[in-house]
Amino acid sequence: MAEVYLNSKFAGTVDNPIEFVQNIREERRKGSVSENLNVTYKDKIGQVHIESSKGRARRPLIIVKDGVPLLTERHIKQLEKNEISWTDLVRQGIIEYLDAAEEENALVAFFENELTPEHTHLEITPLAMLGYCTSLVPYGNFNQSTRLNAGSKNQKQALGFYASNFAVRMDMDVNLLHHPEKPIVNTIIHDISDYDKHPAGQNIIVAIMSYKGYNMEDAIILNRGSIERGLGRSTYYRPSIAEELRYAGGLIDQVCVPDKDVKGYKTEKDYRFLEDDGIIYPEAKVKEGDVVIGKTSPPRFLSSMEEYSLASSTRRESSINLKHGEEGVIDFVLLTENEEGNKLIQVRIRDERVPEIGDKFTSRHGQKGIVGLIVNQSDMPFSAAGIVPDLIFSPHGVPSRMTISHLIEMVAGKVGALAGRYVNGTTFDAEPEERLRKELLSLGFRENGVETMYNGQTGEQYQAKIFIGNMYYLKLKHMVANKIHSRARGPIQLLTRQPTEGRAKEGGLRLGEMEKDTFVAHGASLLLKERFDSDRTVVPVCESCGIIAIKDNYKNRSYCPICGENTEVNDIEISYAFKLMLDEFKSLGIYPKLQLESKY
Amino acid sequence: MADIISEYEDRLTSKIVDEIRNNLPKGVSDTKLKKIMEAVYGEYKTAKVHPGESVGLISAESIGEPGTQMTLNTFHFAGVAEMNVTLGLPRIIEILDGRKALENPMMEIYLKKPHATGKKIEELRQLALQIKETKLKDISTEFTISIADFTIEVKFDREKMKELELTMGKVLDAITKQLKGYNIRDNKDSLTLKSRSKEETFNDAYKTKEKIKEINVKGVKGISQVLPVKREEEFIIITAGSNLADVLQLEEVDAYRTTTNNIFEIEQVLGIEAARQAIINEIFKVIESQGLNVDVRHIMLVADTMCVSGTLKGITRYGVVSEKSSVLARASFETPIKHIINAALVGEVDNLNSVIENVMVNQPVPIGTGLPSLTVKAPEKKGKEK
Repeated sequence: MAEVYLNSKFAGTVDNPIEFVQNIREERRKGSVSENLNVTYKDKIGQVHIESSKGRARRPLIIVKDGVPLLTERHIKQLEKNEISWTDLVRQGIIEYLDAAEEENALVAFFENELTPEHTHLEITPLAMLGYCTSLVPYGNFNQSTRLNAGSKNQKQALGFYASNFAVRMDMDVNLLHHPEKPIVNTIIHDISDYDKHPAGQNIIVAIMSYKGYNMEDAIILNRGSIERGLGRSTYYRPSIAEELRYAGGLIDQVCVPDKDVKGYKTEKDYRFLEDDGIIYPEAKVKEGDVVIGKTSPPRFLSSMEEYSLASSTRRESSINLKHGEEGVIDFVLLTENEEGNKLIQVRIRDERVPEIGDKFTSRHGQKGIVGLIVNQSDMPFSAAGIVPDLIFSPHGVPSRMTISHLIEMVAGKVGALAGRYVNGTTFDAEPEERLRKELLSLGFRENGVETMYNGQTGEQYQAKIFIGNMYYLKLKHMVANKIHSRARGPIQLLTRQPTEGRAKEGGLRLGEMEKDTFVAHGASLLLKERFDSDRTVVPVCESCGIIAIKDNYKNRSYCPICGENTEVNDIEISYAFKLMLDEFKSLGIYPKLQLESKY
Repeated sequence: MADIISEYEDRLTSKIVDEIRNNLPKGVSDTKLKKIMEAVYGEYKTAKVHPGESVGLISAESIGEPGTQMTLNTFHFAGVAEMNVTLGLPRIIEILDGRKALENPMMEIYLKKPHATGKKIEELRQLALQIKETKLKDISTEFTISIADFTIEVKFDREKMKELELTMGKVLDAITKQLKGYNIRDNKDSLTLKSRSKEETFNDAYKTKEKIKEINVKGVKGISQVLPVKREEEFIIITAGSNLADVLQLEEVDAYRTTTNNIFEIEQVLGIEAARQAIINEIFKVIESQGLNVDVRHIMLVADTMCVSGTLKGITRYGVVSEKSSVLARASFETPIKHIINAALVGEVDNLNSVIENVMVNQPVPIGTGLPSLTVKAPEKKGKEK
């Protein structure tokens, strides 16, 4: 006897659990019970669990009866002729989906020749153990598993052809690769997923060698000639959005070219691109600070309106302008309404991104790198046949990471490019390396992929043979243009008068606690003071009560709020943050008295 | 010749002077010796710390930087017959915090001559077992409370007692010494305890029962494990648990070399100077075991700051930091509100003498280039001008 649980709730008992479970499975295969049902018999605790809830991870397997798989040659032929489909196989009870629990009751064979009468299921393909992105790595079975993880993660960040209706879309923060290609070395998943409809990389020529040390520590070197021919070129799209918001009292935002008497009016130059409706025109070349959508808002408080009722307009300027470091061309203007019926303006800005030093590229094997140098084509190394690599990859990236697939892809890509065909690199089921080598040899190259190369600057032959081949490279969305940041002076925070933080706010780069310690350790105390001068202030202090006094420059006199005018007031130099702390002490009822002393 | 050397006695440490005296080749001419002494003195001067050098911060960096590598490679010797040892960063934190209760208190007991050089480790085992603490619960099989008269009966494991060379008389002595107010009856294989007070409740009896389980019948209190090991031609006993005061009383123990890793015990038994040395030794042991290289002088400085007050103080907000004279410096470390409120209550004055305070008010810190100042005051001009 065993207890039966339906979706973890007790449902009753059965006398013969094995037969019961078997019956349910038979019915499921026949189709009289939903194929989404899974049933498990846990003999150790005498429980039968029937699961039909959503969110279980399930995977398909071929059903095996008496050591013979139900999927036959006939089925495969029918599949090839497109007479039947996958769902037909599931419906016919040839393939079924198991969840993690039911797998415990199954004995699954990896390959057909391993089958014994005890086996209940057969694996469809070993590739099924990998996910979508991981199966896109060619020759993945030659890799360390961590590299497969890294490789599949990188592919998610690659720029490509993400949607064919991109021209009419308003996506936030998207990139589009200009000349995407289908990989020469592909996997079966590339075919299944119609990868050629949304490719995300380019087939380029890669040489594994060093070049003046500019590809140390995972850097890569690009050929300027290749870049000028369009390698890794992409467009960055970013929309600016404005909305005519409604406020209490029937007031409303207004999209227009702001009048000069509007509070916070910028300069005429900033509005120069706006047309009469207050919106920029397409194909305008904009730089940081330029207004994209002109907008004014009603005053923040109604009371302030009464006060200055003399002025005709007290509206605030609230235009959308390009932030610090942004630039581009206006691509597309869209006028609509949002859910609340407010006028909604979306302006898409486009910016062409040519690969530059600091952009991130990767192969499909977790071998990512940053462009360290762009070399003129004339200075690039070349092979006897005159082939110049598009990219130079450092040999030090390979031994410790053990990405053999990276190397095999280079050979396979070379064969594919020379023979004018695609190479199947499906994990566990790829074209063998042996055959590739033979074909490469027959194409007139060294079978191991190395070639005699010549120094592009001197023309001298390199002593070492250079491993060079063709492979699929991806440009990743991390580009310096979005990250570069520096500051000499700039905005400060209102409260502390210290520099703001972060690139978006044009912030300073913090000299932190530990960095401060290094100055102290060197005894460079005056340099330390200078570094912390960013919030330096000079405040007058009353000598008798030790509280910050008031200096009236207009009347040219100083007085203390407590002691009045008959007291000595002297200036001291402190950090504004310290003055703030003293003020906070006062608000707590603590009297911070400053005792002044002559410095010299 | 002696004159030339003694000329330098005031300027060099006696250790260096002695070393020169002992190692000087015979028949050195006076001019040569003079040259040697000058060279030594020159070297000595360059080795000195300059005024205004921030030794504390450099020590902190010198210990802290290798400390970041330490967290990653902390080993636990699982499965080895050695005892559990706290090593790596946790141990350093334990020492610097000046914690009284250690994770793994340990002793290294050195023995006097005849015991230390015994041929067989088995002989030593007997001695070790004498040191190991035996509690009443270790030699008894059962503790029962009679509900009728609230008497407690303790049944003994005769075999275990024999093994530990314990007799009923000895056990009885130990109990009477450590438990007052109870009549004890010896019934050969067991003891019956009855309270002398008339108002005994069951609760009291239960409490006593739990108490007598922990009674020490043999050995040194606190020593829970003993392990005799051979170290360089000599047998020593390593223990888990520590009780320096009592172990030093034992006859067989070499009190000069026996140590514990509990610095507080060392401070109490041997004094603050010994504690200072113990801190240096213990920290150095950890750093060495991690294969790191830190100059001892940094550790010595830390040990000094922990011991200057005459009592052991950890580098925590309750210890060394609470001794700082500056309110702002204390507040910038931990629990700022507490320090500021207390300072406000008594009207504390901060003279801005140290580093942190001056960084806060953005003034040059009195260290390195910020230290020197004018000491001569220019004579004031007479007349109207100031």
